[in-house]
Amino acid sequence: MRLEYPANIKVIRAPCTGKIDVIHLLRAIEKGADGAYVVGCMEGECLYNNGNFRAKKRVLQAQKVLDSVGMGGQRVQMYNLSSAEGPKFAAFAREMTEKIRELGPNPMKLAKKGEAA
Amino acid sequence: MIVASPKPMEEIIDTVKDCKKLLILGCNECVTVCEAGGKKEVGVLASALRMYFAKQGRQIQIDERTLERQCDHEYLEEIRDIADTYDAILSLACGVGVQFTAEKYLATVVLPGVNTCFLGATEERGLWTERCQACGACVLAKTGGICPVSRCAKRVLNGPCGGSTNGKCEISKEVDCAWQLIVDRLTALGKMDEYEQIAPLKDWSTDRAGGPRKVVKEDVQS
Ligand code: SF4
Ligand code: SF4
Repeated sequence: MRLEYPANIKVIRAPCTGKIDVIHLLRAIEKGADGAYVVGCMEGECLYNNGNFRAKKRVLQAQKVLDSVGMGGQRVQMYNLSSAEGPKFAAFAREMTEKIRELGPNPMKLAKKGEAA
Repeated sequence: MIVASPKPMEEIIDTVKDCKKLLILGCNECVTVCEAGGKKEVGVLASALRMYFAKQGRQIQIDERTLERQCDHEYLEEIRDIADTYDAILSLACGVGVQFTAEKYLATVVLPGVNTCFLGATEERGLWTERCQACGACVLAKTGGICPVSRCAKRVLNGPCGGSTNGKCEISKEVDCAWQLIVDRLTALGKMDEYEQIAPLKDWSTDRAGGPRKVVKEDVQS
């Protein structure tokens, strides 16, 4: 399957979404990513039982933290699919890109530019 | 252990807003276990504050450090060389750690980043409940191992009161009546005869009523 998805997305592999912590999502935004999203297995189908449920809660927590400092919690999201769903992966990538476009660029990038100037 | 919970972000922002260089100081003990002030929480808070100030166009240096304990000279000394290079230290330790840090580093403002709540246990991950109020004269031997001081809303020592209903306390249907728990446990232990004995007036001078307390153990003093 040769599917195209937006080239602005960098894929970082994790053994299980349960390994992803709030700080990983925050650091991505702090470092200037316009958005970060976690793609986990379908709910109820985690190899480790509840890794993706944990990830979901951490995404929610990261959203809360980002909102509390005015960075826009919606910059982080969670999606679920099965490993056989390539087209869905591409569709999520497009959806996320659209969402982030609506939110506008990460304020950290603007702040960093200001620092450099 | 001592259970704490993070202060709301707005309150923290308000207390640190005038800093130019801030140290967020975590503690590896109780507040790590109750996930309020360990290394992880230090990292999350530091990242969040960095983003907040950058967005405001403010340049503030925020550093992270987590000590083994903040209630011991030995570990607190580890920041001796750097403490006074900061405008403020935001401590995520319990109130004891915050105060001990402040006593040691007089020239630096030390601020609390958590609310210290109670002495309690981890019932399950993410749920901590109160078990002891450090009354200084433990009565657990007489109460089936269940503390009426911390777990009975009225701290009655010969309970239950008239408000106990279906095992729940009159303050809320969600709260177990401590005295129901005590009776159930004494029954299970076959010790209800102990329950029949009236507890004498408790000497509260060992509690907070006697002012700040101290414990001295001469045999280990240098
Ligand atoms: S009786 Fe006092 S010391 Fe014992 S558990 Fe209760 S509050 Fe703590
Ligand atoms: S109902 Fe039970 S726990 Fe509540 S105040 Fe009365 S004796 Fe204490």
